[in-house]
Amino acid sequence: MSTLHTVNKSPFERGSMASAFAHAVEGDAVLMIEDGVLGARKTGAFSPTITGRSGAVSIYALGPDLAARGVKAEDVADGVTIVGYDGFVDLAATHDRVCAWL
Amino acid sequence: MKFAVVVNEGPYTHQASDSALQFVKAALDKGHEIFRVFFYHDGVNNGTRLTVPPQDDRNLQRAWSEIALTRNVDLVVCIAAAQRRGILDANEAKRQGKDADNIAPGFRISGLGQLIEAGIEADRVVVFGD
Repeated sequence: MSTLHTVNKSPFERGSMASAFAHAVEGDAVLMIEDGVLGARKTGAFSPTITGRSGAVSIYALGPDLAARGVKAEDVADGVTIVGYDGFVDLAATHDRVCAWL
Repeated sequence: MKFAVVVNEGPYTHQASDSALQFVKAALDKGHEIFRVFFYHDGVNNGTRLTVPPQDDRNLQRAWSEIALTRNVDLVVCIAAAQRRGILDANEAKRQGKDADNIAPGFRISGLGQLIEAGIEADRVVVFGD
């Protein structure tokens, strides 16, 4: 059973992003949406967590939400794949369940 | 694949209603089925037809109504959450002795059983909120 974890708040605002990464197991995916995409920044304080988990857990950020917040693709940490809403739908379909960390 | 979507946040608060709407559109465009969208908690505020956002802003209520009417998506508003927030259809307005109703086109008011059923019938439940 694989899980898609969606996180919609910045890791600098709440602990939900850290919780999602702590609970995600091998084969799971974490998708950053809305303010959550701020956690994907290469120079951000959260990037070591991304680097540490990107082997076991697939990590994604929603492109339109990155663009809305002025985060360019080249500023996104290695190990994060940028997807659109269609990619969001694919991730929800290919994992067995979706857990929203609200 | 059958998706159910839950919206727990009102329009123009953060982004939950916008995100859910985009997800629903993308899923339909890919040929998936949206079994139901369930509006719960402050999410019921998406279903009032009396919203008048500025003309250069997106109209979320209208966008949801269009999805319901043009693509046959079932939009259900939780009755208990709706009553607390003044979202009424004609029957509820009459039952509660109110002089008007405000449910938007394409939305219907029903109970939590509809959320449970969506969880049983859909392959995935995707939740948007605060």
